[in-house]
Amino acid sequence: MKQLTILSGKGGTGKTTITASLAVLAKNAVIADCDVDAPDLHMLLHPKAIKTQEFKGAKLAVIDESECTKCGLCREKCRFDAITEDFKIDPISCEGCGVCTITCPVNAITLVERISGHAYVSKTKYGLMAHAMLSPGEANSGKLVTLVRQNARILAEKEHSDIIIIDGPPGIGCPVIASVTGIDAGLLVTEPTMSGIHDLERALQLLRHFNVSPFVCVNVYDINEDNAEKIVRFCKENDIEIVGKIPFNPIVTEAMVNGKPTVEYAPESDVAEEIEKLWEKILSALKHGSG
Amino acid sequence: MILSIASGKGGTGKTTVAVNMALSLKDVQLLDCDVEEPNVHLLLHPNINEEKSVYVSTPQVDEELCDHCGKCGEFCQYNAILVSSEKVLVFLELCHSCGGCVIVCPGKAISEEQHRIGTLKCGSTGDLEVVYGELDVGEPMAVPVIREVKRRIESDKTVILDSPPGTSCPVIETVKGSDFCVLVTEPTPFGLHDLRITVQVLEDMEIPFGVVVNRAGLGDKKVYEYCEEKNIPILLEIPYRRKIAELYSKGIPFSSEMPEWKEKFQTLFDEARKLAGK
Repeated sequence: MKQLTILSGKGGTGKTTITASLAVLAKNAVIADCDVDAPDLHMLLHPKAIKTQEFKGAKLAVIDESECTKCGLCREKCRFDAITEDFKIDPISCEGCGVCTITCPVNAITLVERISGHAYVSKTKYGLMAHAMLSPGEANSGKLVTLVRQNARILAEKEHSDIIIIDGPPGIGCPVIASVTGIDAGLLVTEPTMSGIHDLERALQLLRHFNVSPFVCVNVYDINEDNAEKIVRFCKENDIEIVGKIPFNPIVTEAMVNGKPTVEYAPESDVAEEIEKLWEKILSALKHGSG
Repeated sequence: MILSIASGKGGTGKTTVAVNMALSLKDVQLLDCDVEEPNVHLLLHPNINEEKSVYVSTPQVDEELCDHCGKCGEFCQYNAILVSSEKVLVFLELCHSCGGCVIVCPGKAISEEQHRIGTLKCGSTGDLEVVYGELDVGEPMAVPVIREVKRRIESDKTVILDSPPGTSCPVIETVKGSDFCVLVTEPTPFGLHDLRITVQVLEDMEIPFGVVVNRAGLGDKKVYEYCEEKNIPILLEIPYRRKIAELYSKGIPFSSEMPEWKEKFQTLFDEARKLAGK
């Protein structure tokens, strides 16, 4: 069983649009949405949850006001400025480390669990899907990503799936790292803008750091063909396979508005054709041992 | 006045709004808090006059003094320390630098060392001051770098903070303490979905906000219906124009080629200031 993560560094380059189309094209795949703080894939794949799990992320400190002597030791030791001047816990700043609980001389502070989100196992018409929703503003998205990936792996093993297709979050920080550890290959979706190129380079460094082999896809390449050419050249020099060059086409947004993956909504479009070719190339590379 | 620019969904135009607004105003500090993928400097090419490493404190265990009692491992909420009968393993990538292990160790075997996680860069483009952070590739924790960037805030100036995408800790760290937040969205189902989540975060944090609709004309009308229903002011619409997209692709802030937009960004700022009660 192989694992492929769709990434980009920069947000809004088309990760989810492409992942949804791959979910349609892939036979015998499990889909995982690892963008847990702003998940969008469900709007195209329409999963029906068959299992829901509570996710307990960081704990939260609670002060028992009747015990508190307002000595100030907890405020002094808290490195997250989570205790206000009138000795209340600011739940947004509290990282649940517990330092206040051991510094309080009268044991007035305890840590309590809080539900930071939910993980789901769902059915879609394209196959099984693992996904999640972090509660707005909660921390620990990396841990929730790990739970989604665990769920996906269990599903894939049970169903004898060939591949897990993972929609990754933007950036290169903790939830992205949790989305790429131990995968076979990463598909980097970029756009021919200065930001797209810059962020692609950092995302490529991240994959190298974790020993993951990369594929690159240039989305909306015709917005700036000179920059698209630069990306192609850069990838050639670094021995990275370009698996697709997708043109700008408003049909992609239209498909999204209609809640459908592009290859299903507009199978005859140039975009669909290009995504199909991209998928063939990735499949054949994975079969021949890339990753 | 501290104004942050956020969105939920990535690629909606946060940096475009932040940069063009900064270029349309006077006496501004622009801080790029997207330390995972900072892009402000690609549009502004600031002259960098200060560069320094960002460190976090992480535990170092003196095996001579350690009797493997395991108290540090039990205490650590992030599973960053694993104590076996022979050895103590520290997983730096899980450590939140709370300092708790140092406090609980009865044998004073744990001290803290500085671990580099990124870079802070400060400079300027003309009279616009630019500060940004860069998380080292492979490091998971963006928040301490964001804190370092925000430490450069000079509150007597107009401060614009460019936030990372999403709605979790790096976004919270960025918008915390803002007088106003501009939410940049696009009129698509993804744009609306992620806008809704971000609105919830800002309501919880009691930060006043308004919306900028970018790429207006694409997609559908649902973002407008949502804003009307929730009484959220739409402060500006930027139409979808190939020219704007092309200028962005070349790294050119579009208001410098389309100067009529400078005034619109000034009005956007004035509106925001009014709504913030400043």
